[in-house]
Amino acid sequence: MINSENAVLEARDVTIRYGGHAAVKNVNLSIYEKKITAIIGPSGCGKSTLLRSLNRMNDFIDHVTQDGEILYRDTNLYDEGVDPVEVRLHMGMVFQRPNPFPKSIFRNVAWGPTINGLPGDINLRVERALKQAALWEEVKDRLDDSALNLSGGQQQRLCIARALAMEPEVILMDEPCSALDPVSTARIEDLLFELKQNYTIVIVTHNMQQASRVSDYTAFMESGALIEYGDTDQVFTRPKQKRTEDYVTGRFG
Amino acid sequence: MKISPSTNGDSLGHRSASLRRRHVVASLFKALCIGFTLFAVSVLGLLIAQVGADGLPWLDAQFLNNFPSRFPEKAGVKSALYGTLWVVSLTALIALPMGVLAAIYLEDYAPASRLTRVIEINIANLAGVPSIVYGILGLAIFVRFFGLERSVLAGAMTMSLLILPVIIISSKEAIRAVPSSIRLAAYAVGATQWQVVRSHVLPAAIPGILTGVILALSRAIGETAPLIMIGALTYVAFTPEGPMDEFTALPIQIFNWASRPQAEFHELAAAGIIVLLAVLLTMNALAVLIRYKGTQK
Amino acid sequence: MTLLAASKYRWGEAILRQLFFVCAFISVLTTVIVIGILAVETSSFFEEVSVTDFLFGTEWRPLLEPKAYGILPLLGGTMLIVVGSSIVALPVGLACAVYLSEYASDRARNIIKPVLEVLAGIPTVVYGYFAISFVTPGLRLVFDDVQIFNAASAAIVVGVMVLPMVASLCDDALRSVPSSLREGAYSVGATSYEVTARVVVPAALSGIFAAFVLAVSRAIGETMAVTLAAGATPNLTLNPLESIQTMTAYIVQVSLGDTPSGGLAYKTLFAVASVLFTITLVMNLLANKVMRKYQEVYE
Repeated sequence: MINSENAVLEARDVTIRYGGHAAVKNVNLSIYEKKITAIIGPSGCGKSTLLRSLNRMNDFIDHVTQDGEILYRDTNLYDEGVDPVEVRLHMGMVFQRPNPFPKSIFRNVAWGPTINGLPGDINLRVERALKQAALWEEVKDRLDDSALNLSGGQQQRLCIARALAMEPEVILMDEPCSALDPVSTARIEDLLFELKQNYTIVIVTHNMQQASRVSDYTAFMESGALIEYGDTDQVFTRPKQKRTEDYVTGRFG
Repeated sequence: MKISPSTNGDSLGHRSASLRRRHVVASLFKALCIGFTLFAVSVLGLLIAQVGADGLPWLDAQFLNNFPSRFPEKAGVKSALYGTLWVVSLTALIALPMGVLAAIYLEDYAPASRLTRVIEINIANLAGVPSIVYGILGLAIFVRFFGLERSVLAGAMTMSLLILPVIIISSKEAIRAVPSSIRLAAYAVGATQWQVVRSHVLPAAIPGILTGVILALSRAIGETAPLIMIGALTYVAFTPEGPMDEFTALPIQIFNWASRPQAEFHELAAAGIIVLLAVLLTMNALAVLIRYKGTQK
Repeated sequence: MTLLAASKYRWGEAILRQLFFVCAFISVLTTVIVIGILAVETSSFFEEVSVTDFLFGTEWRPLLEPKAYGILPLLGGTMLIVVGSSIVALPVGLACAVYLSEYASDRARNIIKPVLEVLAGIPTVVYGYFAISFVTPGLRLVFDDVQIFNAASAAIVVGVMVLPMVASLCDDALRSVPSSLREGAYSVGATSYEVTARVVVPAALSGIFAAFVLAVSRAIGETMAVTLAAGATPNLTLNPLESIQTMTAYIVQVSLGDTPSGGLAYKTLFAVASVLFTITLVMNLLANKVMRKYQEVYE
């Protein structure tokens, strides 16, 4: 059962508006340590917006207003004194489409740690991150090659390595497999099981099979509201809300 | 080997010691960029102020309607203004279609062959060739070889050659900026190449193309050197009636007046500049409008 | 669509394709003719003046006795203008572009971009006028030995003239960098400076470099502002406060004057134009080569 003592992140009454339209309405959600939490729902239900609010990526969008609190351990991430750059040192992000830098494979992974002056040997750090992302074997002999020469699946794993190299506590993933073929998708899903042992993962996905396979907890959103949130098993097999049941059985969306 | 994430004592756990310094650097950098931009803008203000102060007193209906004269009080820009309008219109007629069609070819039709590479390199090079070299070309080809003498047509053809590379390059950029997904979608529903270009690529690229063309024409209006080379006379007391007539142009008249030692002629030059800038401002306003409307979609 | 109509389409397509090709091919034709004309007249010039005298001579006096045909003073004059204008145009232009694409609000952009476009559209002769009426007097207030015609004045206004082009091209280059790249950089805990200067600008480098090269080319070929402001005295010097003559200004001088066509003095025009053309050609080839090396594809 859900135990709020292990909550790493907590969204309390979060409402996010673009201009007049509310993309996220009064969401209360807890993310638990070293678990994979999936957020599912039809297109436009606000799941990406919610995810991006966790690492203050919505700061870059004009005309966004937000009510409520997002607590990381005990600090509201949107408090006055909180530095958004610092927030992102604790939350890594992997995006929908692979977005490696037009630099070498090595530089892609090393860049974040280098500018932040993270301790330790950078070569070791890069190697560990690439191994964790299950990419090391494929690139270890060509670390100076351009990252853009990699395939889509490889690029996405590189982006995962890039996030891992920062040793964040939480990894936020915004539909990371939606631009990939099934084989690459499967590889990344396998990766998630490994990563879960050390990282807290929040994954937004519109692929229900993925959510049910991979996650421990599932949150279902619709039109900005959180309809249901619980154990993945329970949400998919014995959903408490009718809307949830309709969605997971494929009646819409 | 697994890494365990670091969780320090307090909730956000400072992980990067240098954050404050980095934020200062970021602010300074932003301020620098803003400062330089303000500098650029203020130069424009200075320039306009200078030209206005010198030239406005001389700007009246008489100035616009008179022909050049030895006497500053009687001098005017009529022949120069008409000459400029003639040349620019003809140049647009010649250069725009050629340039856009060439750009279409290079972006959508050309195979990745050696010849295509040669053409593209050529165009890139020609864009960087000084305008005065085009003047030499115009003199040799249009004035002498084609026997057009110092006519509006010779001037327009010389100018067309001058701005053609620029038009091609900016049109290419505009066409290239149209995502290939649009083209692919159109091909996928069975359109021919020209249909794809005409109905999907060109409309999307038109704002960029037009902006580039108008900027290129603006450059043409202000170009003096090539027209000097083909012999556009500096003392012309008539307006052109046809493409084969002789002509003068605003920038040449301005140059002529500015080169003279007397202060009155300098001020006349300033007045001529105001007229020239007015023409250009109209054209640029048009370009901005088109670009604005283009990005509205 | 019936098969008949389909083949008619293919016919029309083929004709269009040929038409487009011709338009593009004209560029090659232009280059060939330019090179031809310059080559013919220049080799005629070299029948009377030796190549070494021309390329390495430090005196240029083709119209008066004692005659001298060394191009270095003209080259030096042009280079002074190029260096001076680059110092103004390149950093400022790039900074403007960075501001416009990374920091400016939409409203600020909609004001400043048109302003820069206006600046870009101002003809060179106007900048020449600005040089003699504002910059030179200004310089004379600050420095002591500024001559009435001087290189610095011309270099400054040429820099301002070229700046908007640099800004505009760099802005286009920066904006073509996808925002997902910026997001990726921010997501690993980078400040706006780091994202802009270490990720976005490097990603746009080919476009930026192309902008710089085009700017330098423009400066080299700039004619009217230097003719009005820099002077007509061939003078090999490093001092920007002196009067000089650029290659372009010399060409104008010859064509405005009464030099009889066919004579040696007249042919100097083509010889100088050849040097001018060669330099810009070499620069452009270099720029293209570098661009291709750094080309990245985003779609």
